[in-house]
Amino acid sequence: MFLINCPYCGVRDQSEFVSGGEAHIARPKQPTELNDDQWAEYLFMRKNIKGIQFERWNHVHGCRKWFNVARDTSNDKIEKIYKMGEQPPKI
Amino acid sequence: MKNKYSIFSLIKNAFSNHENWQRAWRDPEPKKEYDAVIVGGGGHGLATAYYLAKKHNLTNIAVVEKGWIGGGNTGRNTTIIRSNYLWDASAGLYDHALKIWEGLSQELNYNVMFSQRGVMNLAHNLQDVRDLKRRTHANRLNGIDAVWLETDEVKKFCPIINTSQDIRYPVLGGTLQKRAGTARHDAVAWGYARGADEMGVDIIQNCEVKGIKRNGDTVEGLETSKGFIKTKKIGIVAAGHSSVIANMAGLKLPLESKPLQALVSEPVKPIIDTVVMSNAVHAYVSQSDKGELVIGAGTDSYISYTQKGSFNIVEETLKAILELYPIFSRMKMLRQWGGIVDICPDASPIISKTSIKGLYFNCGWGTGGFKATPGSGDLFAHTIANDEPHKLNAAFNINRFVSGDLVDEHGAAAVAH
Ligand SMILES: Cc1cc2nc3c(=O)[nH]c(=O)nc-3n(C[C@H](O)[C@H](O)[C@H](O)COP(=O)(O)OP(=O)(O)OC[C@H]3O[C@@H](n4cnc5c(N)ncnc54)[C@H](O)[C@@H]3O)c2cc1C
Ligand SMILES: [Zn+2]
Repeated sequence: MFLINCPYCGVRDQSEFVSGGEAHIARPKQPTELNDDQWAEYLFMRKNIKGIQFERWNHVHGCRKWFNVARDTSNDKIEKIYKMGEQPPKI
Repeated sequence: MKNKYSIFSLIKNAFSNHENWQRAWRDPEPKKEYDAVIVGGGGHGLATAYYLAKKHNLTNIAVVEKGWIGGGNTGRNTTIIRSNYLWDASAGLYDHALKIWEGLSQELNYNVMFSQRGVMNLAHNLQDVRDLKRRTHANRLNGIDAVWLETDEVKKFCPIINTSQDIRYPVLGGTLQKRAGTARHDAVAWGYARGADEMGVDIIQNCEVKGIKRNGDTVEGLETSKGFIKTKKIGIVAAGHSSVIANMAGLKLPLESKPLQALVSEPVKPIIDTVVMSNAVHAYVSQSDKGELVIGAGTDSYISYTQKGSFNIVEETLKAILELYPIFSRMKMLRQWGGIVDICPDASPIISKTSIKGLYFNCGWGTGGFKATPGSGDLFAHTIANDEPHKLNAAFNINRFVSGDLVDEHGAAAVAH
């Protein structure tokens, strides 16, 4: 349970948001070229980091926009919030 | 040789104020080398070690645990045991475990308080009714006891449920597995630990694994907080921390770790003598032998290793509980806690070899692995000893995420287990 500073609406309770999981997993440009291992990697394999993780969040009960968050999963502390399309910060 | 627990040993020890009981397991320092090392002293890890020693004669082995045994999800769960899963592979796996539960206290000479009080799953909408009826048929085809109950039969089986049809999510019926029930979580860990220790297994607590040493594609040993341990076979059974350990070996797993919560009320007289689960409104409840209501809540939507969980999740569960059981409206909740559960995309576990020789994983049990503890240990021991899965866990290999042959229990098991 923590607060999230939505880049569009400001600080709100986490329960207004939904997590979209690990960020920066690029959708394959040529899906037909992928072999089964690459599909598995894209669809299912996750870093599931204990520590600082880059992840996507959606403000579902607010502006409904997506954005990125760098969060420490060992204590739920948010280090940085940045917009979709931006590169992950160096932490 | 350990002293046998019995009514006579109880009486004998009563005369010395219970001060002379023999230690249930040793507290050894790690040896330099073992034939196999199990990482994680939860129920699954301890059961694995027990069956490796008992059925496969591997006794020069150790279980390493970073905290105390049973301090992970084994000691944090709501202890529901059932085997009424939809798919054949799951039915085989969970019913294998249920059959072992039925004789476990005798086998371990340790009372795990397995109580076959039945588990009832409620249906609250037409889709629930269809899904649960389908599951009942599937269960019976697999030889698993299951019956469909109409609303009045639900009421008869558990009279405190509000079956009025004008509540937000009315009860439209339910399924019942009579062989299902609960067990004492700590006793399962302790019973397996005692049994494994007696056969020579070293159970090493306060020993955290920090690295996995590999030589190419073969494991060589473990870096731990108590030094390096050499071994050719490593079985990882670390629940919520599986990915952390996989990363040490340079592997990625299809897992997400999330907080899952439970809570207990103040103790009261017996009021509910079964387990009732409701996936649609996400509430499940049973009563412990001490009299506390044991209530399971949901997982948070985000990855976290904080072992707490959010308040709004508890609030939603309690709302649902109150609508289904108005009689609990003035009950006080005593304690709340969280565990970190490792969830697979198909909500089924992984009991498997990996691409690294000598490295095995038993994980992905998520919100529902307590019920599988004895079966999981048995099958994982088989997999490690033979370097091949048993036929009951073949479908639960890690390669299913590449082949696409998932065991998708999401629909059938939903969030609550
Ligand atoms: C609130 C809650 C309710 C639940 N309710 C139910 C239920 O009703 N029915 C059901 O069937 N299941 C339920 N579950 C799920 C069930 O608890 C788990 O699936 C099961 O207990 C997992 O057992 P385990 O032995 O694999 O894991 P654990 O008991 O978590 O054991 C893993 C061990 O690994 C250790 N470890 C981790 N990292 C390291 C390291 N680096 N070095 C050494 N040791 C390490 C941990 O300290 C831990 O003791 C519930 C879970 C929770 C959290
Ligand atoms: Zn917003």
